[in-house]
Amino acid sequence: MTWKQVFTSSIGKKLVMGFTGIFLILFLIVHVGLNACIWVPDGGETFNKAAHFMGSMIVPRILEIGLFAGFFLHIIQGYLLTVQNRSKRSVGYAVDYGNRGSKWYSRSMGILGTLILLFLIMHIYHFWTPSRLGGMWNIHELGTVMYNGKEYHDLFNEMRIVFAGNLVIVIVYVLGCISLGYHLAHGFKSAFRTLGVHNNRYFDMIKATGYAFAIIVPLAFAMMPVSYYLGWV
Amino acid sequence: MEHYTMNLNLKVWRQQNAAAKGGFKLYRVENISSEMSFLEMFDVLNEQLIHDGEDPITFDHDCREGICGSCSMYIDGKPHGPWQANTTCQLHMRAFKDGDTIVVEPWRADSFPVIKDLMVDRTAFDRIIQAGGYISVNTGNAVDGNSLPIPKDDADASFAAAMCIGCGACVAACKNSSAMLFVSAKVAHLALLPQGEPERRSRVLNMVAQMDKEGFGACTNTGACEATCPKEISLSNIARLNQEYTLASLTAK
Repeated sequence: MTWKQVFTSSIGKKLVMGFTGIFLILFLIVHVGLNACIWVPDGGETFNKAAHFMGSMIVPRILEIGLFAGFFLHIIQGYLLTVQNRSKRSVGYAVDYGNRGSKWYSRSMGILGTLILLFLIMHIYHFWTPSRLGGMWNIHELGTVMYNGKEYHDLFNEMRIVFAGNLVIVIVYVLGCISLGYHLAHGFKSAFRTLGVHNNRYFDMIKATGYAFAIIVPLAFAMMPVSYYLGWV
Repeated sequence: MEHYTMNLNLKVWRQQNAAAKGGFKLYRVENISSEMSFLEMFDVLNEQLIHDGEDPITFDHDCREGICGSCSMYIDGKPHGPWQANTTCQLHMRAFKDGDTIVVEPWRADSFPVIKDLMVDRTAFDRIIQAGGYISVNTGNAVDGNSLPIPKDDADASFAAAMCIGCGACVAACKNSSAMLFVSAKVAHLALLPQGEPERRSRVLNMVAQMDKEGFGACTNTGACEATCPKEISLSNIARLNQEYTLASLTAK
């Protein structure tokens, strides 16, 4: 059996989705934890220093490459699977089984993923490109701030520029977080199913964790633009 | 429950053969007893069609007691109709009211091509079984059943998976036309028993390879199969299949 046979089989493709999905879930934990530093009432110093740590240390930068690879694999494989799975029934039903048999969001992972992808492109444009590529090719550069005589990117203020007084952007971000929540509501437990968790004692725990994760993490993310918009930070 | 009779409108898929373009046709059946099975109602309709000189509706059926897995109607948007843990032949007309319009379609999946009307070709399942859904034993006297100790929980789980009658409702219900509930039931059934151990790895690899070759989709764990399965095969069998496949494929030579 070749590696190609393993990863091009129907279960092999699912394994790629499951592993990259769990990797991206781990990324979300880091991302939401670090960004929650905006609520430390010190004018953004903790947050800017934390962001600086992620941007300047070698380990997070290497992980960042892995992150892009993870996103890329998850997105490409997801689209391929969606298209292949849809092609298996050329004549559809007149009456659909619909929500009687499964949750709507479990059947809409492609659409939800696409919404998240669109959000992601905008999100990268807002924050990643100015902080990593600012100054190159006319890309707008982040402002700076001094702490103890050392210069830092002022990402805290950049968030204010993007969100404060910008209702449309805030709404788009909140919608992005809602898509993420539903995507996770199915994706979290489904990833573990795919990796073979069939023991119900563990699976019930994973399911509960997954639902809690799908509510708490996107809610925390959504509260960030809302906090800037309402002047809480 | 009190007996009653009903008049019904049926919207049934008619298709001359695999190549023909099918379409719905409306029929009216009258004085149907609430104690008839759904298939008996179709028998009445077919008698009526034969009497009128029309072509009777082709549908699969055999035991009519829910164990053979032959009947395969997709009724009002759900395989085997509105009841839970139930095959079409066990569906009784008391599930419907006088004046109802019932839509009846064949299983829809490219791996299950329509042969005629409501009958589809499910030999893809036979080929998956041939690829590995068996154990090899030497001929001779039957071995004493008690000579191989099997934990009761494993025997029960294996038996629950072995309940699968291979009707294909899981494929029909799945948005991906995935056969994974069927394959997982067959794999789990044998993987849980010592008799299945010698061929455990080749079995799962060969059955999944055949499943892919037959053109079934991949599972996305929506659970529609579990919800419609007449034998209530659990979705956790698919997780077991995933585990069996992962271990077998990653350790294969």
